[in-house]
Amino acid sequence: MKGIISLLSGLLFGFGLALAQMTNPAKIIDFLDFSGTWDPTLALVMGGAVLVTLISFRFILRRPHPLLGGGFQLPRRSDIDIPLIAGSAIFGIGWGLGGFCPGPGIASIAQGSWEAVVFTIGLAGGMLAFRFLGRQPDSCFQ
Amino acid sequence: MTIVNFTPVSGFVGGLFIGVSATLLLWLNGEIAGVSGIVDGALHRPGKASGRDWLFLIGLVGGAAIEFWLVPGHRAFHAALPWPVFLLAGLLVGYGTAMGCGCTSGHGVCGLGRLSARSLVATLTFMATGTLTVFVLRHVFGVF
Repeated sequence: MKGIISLLSGLLFGFGLALAQMTNPAKIIDFLDFSGTWDPTLALVMGGAVLVTLISFRFILRRPHPLLGGGFQLPRRSDIDIPLIAGSAIFGIGWGLGGFCPGPGIASIAQGSWEAVVFTIGLAGGMLAFRFLGRQPDSCFQ
Repeated sequence: MTIVNFTPVSGFVGGLFIGVSATLLLWLNGEIAGVSGIVDGALHRPGKASGRDWLFLIGLVGGAAIEFWLVPGHRAFHAALPWPVFLLAGLLVGYGTAMGCGCTSGHGVCGLGRLSARSLVATLTFMATGTLTVFVLRHVFGVF
């Protein structure tokens, strides 16, 4: 059952990204270009998504456990450290370079874009490289 | 500054879909819909949890495919740079999100939804370096 929810959640996420045209890197690069041709669409996408999570997460996290059992797998850390800032800074450089963050990059495979496939291979490679070079056995995502 | 190609309605509605997706995953499965975390999970998590990560990623591509089928005009891909640049971009995004523990969805959509200070700092940081990167590439070097 949890697998069906994961698939459904992925479907809604991918549909939303494509509907918002976040799968077109030109829209991302234009959003990040405040000094030239600015496309504010991404701000509304984030706004729409955060509007929902701000309300729904308040109610969900009051529950003792998720509807389908198990525990909530939330990020445990609350401190602001150097890797958080340095990692996010490196991510931002890659984001500005290609106009892809992970979600839209992977979803763009659906439009048969060779660049999206290459980006996704690089994404996986970069993650594996961080684990390997940093000798990090555990993920800090959750 | 000139505003171009602004699509507020489809952007906002698309954002609502993403918010509902994150709500479902947390409410029913207890999991955060952060795409970089899910890719990391698909590569590293053991057993059934990793299977769910793969199902989410299959859904991510499938959901976009359905939207492109319904609205063919959204199938617009304008890559300004040659494909090897996307390998470098992917490597930076993968390495950076692994080090910084999240991306636009994990920190942006879900982290801000949880009112996490870590996620706010991360989001402001990648927005800043993304803006700086585009500024340097477009306005200093005239690359795209």
